[in-house]
Amino acid sequence: MGFLFEPGFFSSGPVHTAAAIGTVTAIVSAVVGVFTVVRSQSFAGHALTDVATAGGSGAFFLGLSPLVGFLGGGVIGAGAMDLIGVQRVRSRDLATGVVLGAATGLAALFLYLDTTKSATTGATQQILFGSLFTIDPSTVPVVVVLSLATLVVIGVIHRPLLLTSVSAELASARGISVRTIGLLFMLALAVAVGLSSVAIGSILSTALLIGPPATALRTTRTVRHAMLGACALGIATTLLGILLAYDSFYWDSSAPIPVSFFIVALSFLSYLASGLPIVRRRVGRREAP
Amino acid sequence: MKNSPVLEVDDIGVSFAGHRVLDGVSFEVRKGEFTGLIGSNGVGKTTLLRIILGLQRPDSGEIRVQGAPLSRRSHAFGYVPQKVVLDPDVPMRARDLVALGLDAHRLGFGRRSKEQRDLVDKMLHDVDAEHFADSRVGSLSGGEQQRVLIAHALISRPPLLLLDEPLANLDPKSVQEIVALLHRVARAHDVAILLSAHEMNALLPVMDRIVYVTAGRAASGTTEEVVRSDVLSKLYGHHVDVLKLHGRVLVVAEPGAEIDDIPDHPTLTVS
Repeated sequence: MGFLFEPGFFSSGPVHTAAAIGTVTAIVSAVVGVFTVVRSQSFAGHALTDVATAGGSGAFFLGLSPLVGFLGGGVIGAGAMDLIGVQRVRSRDLATGVVLGAATGLAALFLYLDTTKSATTGATQQILFGSLFTIDPSTVPVVVVLSLATLVVIGVIHRPLLLTSVSAELASARGISVRTIGLLFMLALAVAVGLSSVAIGSILSTALLIGPPATALRTTRTVRHAMLGACALGIATTLLGILLAYDSFYWDSSAPIPVSFFIVALSFLSYLASGLPIVRRRVGRREAP
Repeated sequence: MKNSPVLEVDDIGVSFAGHRVLDGVSFEVRKGEFTGLIGSNGVGKTTLLRIILGLQRPDSGEIRVQGAPLSRRSHAFGYVPQKVVLDPDVPMRARDLVALGLDAHRLGFGRRSKEQRDLVDKMLHDVDAEHFADSRVGSLSGGEQQRVLIAHALISRPPLLLLDEPLANLDPKSVQEIVALLHRVARAHDVAILLSAHEMNALLPVMDRIVYVTAGRAASGTTEEVVRSDVLSKLYGHHVDVLKLHGRVLVVAEPGAEIDDIPDHPTLTVS
C-alpha cells in the first residue's frame, strides 16, 4: 500500500482538515444535488457558483474569509433569482441568465482588484479552483454547522420538495406552497454551492453538486437510494482526489496537481461509467416489472 | 347522507383580458356520483377546475365544499391534472408517487408506517397497477401513468376526485379501461368524480350527471335532461340537433352555424 499512500499522508494536519471539509461538503452537495438534478435546476446551480465567485472574490478584497463571501453571494444570488422568477419554468433560464451575467461582471471586477490593488496574488487560484490543503482548521466547525443546518432543512421539507420537483401542479393541488418550498431549496442550494466552492473552488463546485447525484440518479431505483449513492460517491471521489493530489507532490514536487482537478475528473469518469451498457443493463434488470 | 352535495358551484364568472371565459356557471356534484364536465377545448373546463381547487379566484360567484365556503385552498379534493410530464430519468417508482399522495404535505423526518405501506399496496391493487408498482413512473405508458395518478389522488380518501381531461391522448382501449376503472373505484371508495372531457360518448355508460359547457355557459343535470335539442340549442344560441345512434350521442349543428365548439361533432364521433 506504500505506493498508494505517500509518507506523512495519515499524519498530515492539512490532509485531516481537507478530508473533514471535503467529506462534509460532499454529503451536502450530494443531497442538495439530487434535488437540483430532479428539478432540472443544474443551470441555476452553476449560476450560483458564479455568484459565489463574486462573493468570494469580494470578501477576499475586503480581507474577509472567502467562506463568508461564498455564502453571502450565494444567498443574495438565490434571492435575486427567486424574485426574477426562477420558480417558473418559463422564466427559469431568464432569471438564471440575468443573475449569472451580473455576477460574472462583479467577479471579474473583484478578481481584478484582488490581483492589482491588494497583495493577495493567489486570490484568483484560490477562489476559482479552491485549495483544500490550505484551509484554516478553524473553518471546520463552521462548515459542519452550516452543513448540518442545510441537511436539516432539506430533511424537514423533503416530501413536499420531492412532489414539487416532480410536478408543481400536483403539489399545488395538495395545498403545498410551491413558492415557499422552492425558495427554501434555493437557499439550501446557495449554501451547498458556497461550501463546495471552499472545497474545490467556485468554478468547479458544479462538478461536485451535479456529478455524483447525476450518476446516482442513473443507477438507483429510488430518490432515497440516489441520495445515499450520491453521498457515497461524492465522499469517495473527494477522498480519492485528496489522496491523489497529495501523492502528486511526490510524482513531481515542482508541479503538484490541484485536488480539485482530481475530484472533477473522478466525478466525470464515474458519470461516464454509469452510462456503460453493462451498467445500464443491470439497472434495467432491477427495474423490470 | 348519500345525495348531499359534496361540491356546489354557484354563479361562477371569470374573464381574461376582457374575454368572458365563464359566465354564471352553476352546478352541484353529489356524494358518490360520477359527473362529466363536457365541453370542447378552450371553453374553460380547466379554468373551472382550477377555481374549484382554489388555485384561481373567480371574478364572481362562490364555491362551497360540503356546505362550507371555499375560503382558500381546501385540499379536500383529489386531483389529476391534464398534463403531468414525468421524467423517466428520475428514479421515482409508481409506488413512491402514490405514497406522496398520502404525506407530501407533511414536514419532518420519519419513515412510513406499515399501515401506510399497506394502504399504498391496496391503492395500487385497486387501480390494477401492482405489476408495475416498482417501475420508474416516467417510463410507464400514458394509460399506466393515469392509473398511478388516480391512485395518488385517491389515497388520501377525498370526498371528490377531479380529473382534467384524463382520457386525452389515450387509445380507445385505454379510454374504456380508465373509464371502467374510475367507475369501479368511485363505487368502492364512495368518492364523487368530476371528470372533464371534450367527448361524452365514452362516459355515457357511467355518468350520473353531466355539466355541459360551451361559450362560457353551462347546463347541468342527468344526461337525459341536458343532452336534448332544446336545452343545447338555448346554450349554443342557435339550433342544434341531438341524435342517438347505437348508444352514442351526436350533437349536430344546423347548416352554416358555427360548429367548432361542439364536442361531439359528427366527423369526430361517427365510426
